[in-house]
Amino acid sequence: MTAVTLHRRYRLPADRTTVAGVAVLAVLVAVAILAPVVAPHDPLAIDFSAALSGPSADHLLGADQSGRDVLSRLIFGARAGLLGPLLVVTLSTVAGTLLGVLAAWTGGVADAVLSRAMDFVFAFPALLLAISLVAMFGPGLTAPVVAMSIAYTPYVGRLARGVALREMSRPYIHAYRVQGWSGWVICLRHLVPNVVPLILAQSAINFGYALMDLAALSFLGFGTQPPVPDWGAMINEGASALLQGAMLPALVPGAAVVVTVVAFSIVGEGIADRVSGRER
Amino acid sequence: MGAFLARRLAGLVATLLGASFAVFSAVYLAPGDPASFLTQGRSASPEAIAAIRAQYHLDDPFLTQYLKWVGGAVTGDFGRSVQFRQDVTGLLLARLPTTLFLVGYAGLLIVAAGLILGALAALRPGPLDRVVLIGTGVATATPSFVAAIGLISLFSVQLGWFPAFGNGEGLVDRLWHLTLPAAALALTFAGLLARVTRASMLEELAREHVEVARSRGVQENAVIRRHVLRNSLGPISTVTGTVIAGLLVATSIVETAFGLSGIGQLLVSSVTVKDFPVVQAVTTLIVVVFVGANLLVDLVQPAIDPRLRRA
Amino acid sequence: MLQINDLTVRLAPGQAARPILDAVSLRVAQGEAVGLVGESGSGKSVTCRAVLGLLPRQTAVSGRVLVDGQDVLSQTAAGLRDLRRRRVAMIFQDPRASINPVRRIGDFVTEGLRAGGLPYRQALDRAEGLLEAVGIEDPRAALRRHPHEFSGGMLQRVMIAGALAAEPDLLLADEPTTALDVTTQAEVIAILSHLRTERGMGMLFVTHDLELAAAICDRIYVMYAGRIVEEQATGELFARPRHPYTAGLLAATPRLESHEPPHGVPGRPLSLAESPDGCAFAARCHLAVERCRERRPVLETLEHAQVACLRAGEPVHD
Repeated sequence: MTAVTLHRRYRLPADRTTVAGVAVLAVLVAVAILAPVVAPHDPLAIDFSAALSGPSADHLLGADQSGRDVLSRLIFGARAGLLGPLLVVTLSTVAGTLLGVLAAWTGGVADAVLSRAMDFVFAFPALLLAISLVAMFGPGLTAPVVAMSIAYTPYVGRLARGVALREMSRPYIHAYRVQGWSGWVICLRHLVPNVVPLILAQSAINFGYALMDLAALSFLGFGTQPPVPDWGAMINEGASALLQGAMLPALVPGAAVVVTVVAFSIVGEGIADRVSGRER
Repeated sequence: MGAFLARRLAGLVATLLGASFAVFSAVYLAPGDPASFLTQGRSASPEAIAAIRAQYHLDDPFLTQYLKWVGGAVTGDFGRSVQFRQDVTGLLLARLPTTLFLVGYAGLLIVAAGLILGALAALRPGPLDRVVLIGTGVATATPSFVAAIGLISLFSVQLGWFPAFGNGEGLVDRLWHLTLPAAALALTFAGLLARVTRASMLEELAREHVEVARSRGVQENAVIRRHVLRNSLGPISTVTGTVIAGLLVATSIVETAFGLSGIGQLLVSSVTVKDFPVVQAVTTLIVVVFVGANLLVDLVQPAIDPRLRRA
Repeated sequence: MLQINDLTVRLAPGQAARPILDAVSLRVAQGEAVGLVGESGSGKSVTCRAVLGLLPRQTAVSGRVLVDGQDVLSQTAAGLRDLRRRRVAMIFQDPRASINPVRRIGDFVTEGLRAGGLPYRQALDRAEGLLEAVGIEDPRAALRRHPHEFSGGMLQRVMIAGALAAEPDLLLADEPTTALDVTTQAEVIAILSHLRTERGMGMLFVTHDLELAAAICDRIYVMYAGRIVEEQATGELFARPRHPYTAGLLAATPRLESHEPPHGVPGRPLSLAESPDGCAFAARCHLAVERCRERRPVLETLEHAQVACLRAGEPVHD
């Protein structure tokens, strides 16, 4: 069994900012998974007597216009907030990597067709594609996730194809070919692992974009439907509360979005730095 | 140059045709009968359905319908809106000024803030640079609706300086009404532009020819202008394509958040009530603008960097 | 006209600073061509740039660099600009990196002139004449072309034209032919030499190629590890090198006439930061003795030469 030829060795710790980013994300994921345990209240529990109340011992971040606890909704909202982007990024990364490597490896007509197809999808901004699909298939999580997975695939695909082409020009790939290894094996064993680190960095950043886009869709009413807690939807509901003077129901989920996306950007850049650092 | 342009235009037309085909056939991919889809939620007497079938040529073969739609689209006829019962084209034209104003306003803010902050950060390393880095990091993580809410809560509810919704009438009133929306729209993209400008200028500052110009006794201002900024234009103009794409769609969100009657808000409301002719028309319009803008950006590149010109 | 006294440069101030130059002194008289020869890490480029005040931001500098009696190191920004525009000009190593790829050749050649206030039209006319002088065909059209349309050798000629535009009294050439192939090298050197003597300019020619320096310079300084180790008139340097390093450099050059193979100097060249106490060259010197590692040699005059070697005065060896 030949070992996978990796051009890079994985090195250890990164700088403080990246560590902080990873920590924030870890906490977020933990909170999302442990939501029923961590949240002080049932996020769907309505209590009009507490409507739009400010921070108190019972409601640490206040209550929204239906008296539901903001903090609990925030915690449960992390679930939808992370699940959607996770699906989008996973699907687009897998599809994009496979298509990109395939295009690079086969070359010729197949490459031309795949590249044209990717260019075609590039013509549609991700959010627009999502809105169109929602128009056809109705709101919810499915249509946006499918649409955005399709929309993000070319970005990953282009990156993967570029890296694969570069790797293919290296002599060791020729050597394997000459020795008679099948295309599939070479692709999977050698091209893909070298493509993965860069893709990973891009995917971490894409996670942030997907989160923002999905939250925007929920804000417009096209994504997660009420009464399921979702940060985007919470901001929409909180907008009317704003005009009545209650800031928290709208601002707290907004802050959550920003913090999460910043954390993903930091982690993505940290990975990218390490990948490019190794290449020197 | 002529051949290059012809090829790119052909590509543009091909993409538009393909995109419009996709948009058009969307109705047919949706579950259910197109006719009931188009009348979704409204009373549907047999005569009404028959009228709709006739109006949308639903009894014709698919390709014929598509070609008729394209023919109409090219002459500016996008059919009739189901919810407003009037010409889609008329609807669009009525709302165009607001959206154009908003996008133009936001565009100015993006370019001004992005370029200036990015350039300053590159030229004055130190605390200013750190502030800009952190600020743009947060800005690019703030989607436009979050920015909208934040701005409304501060400048509208707390301080009462700007209104929270409405278009406004007349130039000054419009400017006043559209300031917060434009700012919300501009925030993310200004952050992006600032980062790209900064990175690009830092790279150029390190180049040999900058040092050489200084060695000739050229004033520092002129060196920055002619050798650093000028050389940074390439990457900056490339990111403009991304910004335009994002702007076109973010407009929908901002217009909805601020209750502005523009094209973006029309799109959103049409999706909600499934007014498909409108959705088709607006989507096509956005794709046309996006693809056209990208083409322009590509065409501008050789003008910026002579090395890209074919001899 | 150029006088450098005891120039000492450390990169980044403070204790942790990396030393680059140590007490470098040299001079170039009016109309004289002087070579500064050394390998990578010797500090020759930094010395060259110091004349124009082009040292990086955070450097600790001591000593004096006098151009026509004025100290460059203590000049104001305006004074530096004036110096760069009218009295000293530099030719850089890689023309492709040194000329802005996005602007026209005409912009490059006239830039210094326009900075000095000359109107555009007149600057272009002068540029045209200069391009012709360096041997560019159809100079008027060339002014409107871009760098990527020219070969390396042509671009280096353009660079020379740009440097001459200011009609300087002193020319600094920092390895102007290193990036070019050998035949082009010869052409460029010929043009440079011809124009220099025609205009009576002084020149400091920095290179790692001793033979090349000998071809056009009247006097040569040899640098090693941030210090000057020898200085002589060219002919005498070749006839009787006083410093073992110089001798080593000469012996390492392959020669057509000789039947002996070249033999290099063992080890690799050091930079000042890496140098031990005592003579920096001691580790590689076949003539080194115990005291060479303890005491650092200082530049001293010996007959018509200056040498920094403890054993320089002893009777002849190789």
